[in-house]
Amino acid sequence: MAEEVVLLDFWPSPFGMRSRIALAEKGIKYEHKEEDLRNKSALLLQMNPVHKKIPVLIHNGKPVCESLIQVQYIDEVWHDKAPLLPSDPYQKATARFWADYVDKKIYEVGGRVWKTKGEKQATAKKELIETLKLLEKELGDKPYFGGESLGYVDVAFIPFYSWFYALEKCGNFSIEAECPKLIAWAKRCMQKESVAKSLPDQQKVYDFILEMKKHFGIE
Amino acid sequence: MGEEVKVFGYWASPYSYRAELALKLKGVSYEYINEDIFGNKSDLLLKYNPVHKKVPILLHNGKSIVESVVILEYIEETWKHNLYLPQDPYDKATARFWIKFIDEKCFPTLWLAAWSPENEREKVTNEACEYMKTLESALNGKKFFGGETIGMVDIVASSVGYFIRVTQEIMGLNLLSADKFPQLFQWSEDFANCSIVKESLPPRDKLLPFVKGLIAKYQQDNAKA
Repeated sequence: MAEEVVLLDFWPSPFGMRSRIALAEKGIKYEHKEEDLRNKSALLLQMNPVHKKIPVLIHNGKPVCESLIQVQYIDEVWHDKAPLLPSDPYQKATARFWADYVDKKIYEVGGRVWKTKGEKQATAKKELIETLKLLEKELGDKPYFGGESLGYVDVAFIPFYSWFYALEKCGNFSIEAECPKLIAWAKRCMQKESVAKSLPDQQKVYDFILEMKKHFGIE
Repeated sequence: MGEEVKVFGYWASPYSYRAELALKLKGVSYEYINEDIFGNKSDLLLKYNPVHKKVPILLHNGKSIVESVVILEYIEETWKHNLYLPQDPYDKATARFWIKFIDEKCFPTLWLAAWSPENEREKVTNEACEYMKTLESALNGKKFFGGETIGMVDIVASSVGYFIRVTQEIMGLNLLSADKFPQLFQWSEDFANCSIVKESLPPRDKLLPFVKGLIAKYQQDNAKA
């Protein structure tokens, strides 16, 4: 049966990256449509009228919004290949908890690292490191959060790795120095084609952040 | 089979309520432990939810699950009868979308509208009304968000349908009114009238003074900040 899969996306979005990785892991062919967020397409506004945000996954004409909801949807529909969520309810709950934790913390705290300076930035950096250390502890000695293979939490979290260089430059600190095991995990994920092809170059992300800072009048 | 199911909650917490309602809908017996979340959190609470230190916590045969929506998904997957999520992946994704919308947009702005200082209230109220209009569209002529019976979206929307309605009474606000949002208002009536919901909701006469006190505290803290 001809399946039509479209992803409305924006290249530096860690949320878009999640869906890119999930689709790649499952080997799903899809049409990637890059959005200009200053000039949102009619399709985006039609498919996500509530939030008007990317990513939007359109499967046979029907939209699925919100990145983690998309990843779960992809996992459920294409369930015969590369399962991302465990089948055991308790392990599934644990995966959902940590993906939710990444959602609540990384984007907001990371945002404060590049958007602020002085005292506020120092606080944000400290919070970010604490958050990353907690995730590092959860990873433990496992190769991936999902165990032996890439799982839901890995997919939820690894996109933010593409922003690390930019955060380090803006905040003048080293994430690897504080969380070496986490960086080792990230590099391990990057060895996978599905991840490497879905994440943008870190320098490119840094240039993008610099542009955003200029645009918002942040030094 | 000996199942040990416990819920660590707080009697007035809308989040804690979700976990209890879900277990009741599945007919699962559980032990309820009320935590003194504003005073002294127990060692067990801190042990079972070290990251967030909050309620609700579901303890199932010694294993803890936290975060109300994670708990709801776990309950659904563990006790596979009286299902409250659709089976179809697309419908399931849609339900999850509305749950996220309620938790990230509706509920927080409605709560904010309740205790915001006068000068900020109008803006927040307008925002809240927009969100309620959107949420109402999700009902789409159905009795419940879940269709003929209560679904997971209804369980989560109890925060708006009951707890916020009580809050509004205290503040003399009329956000969720029958004339502004007829479908949503009717839904909140139908929901609260379900016997299983009615018998498990925290009583209004106890909740009213509690929420009043909480609002006063928020206003005080905000004035100091």
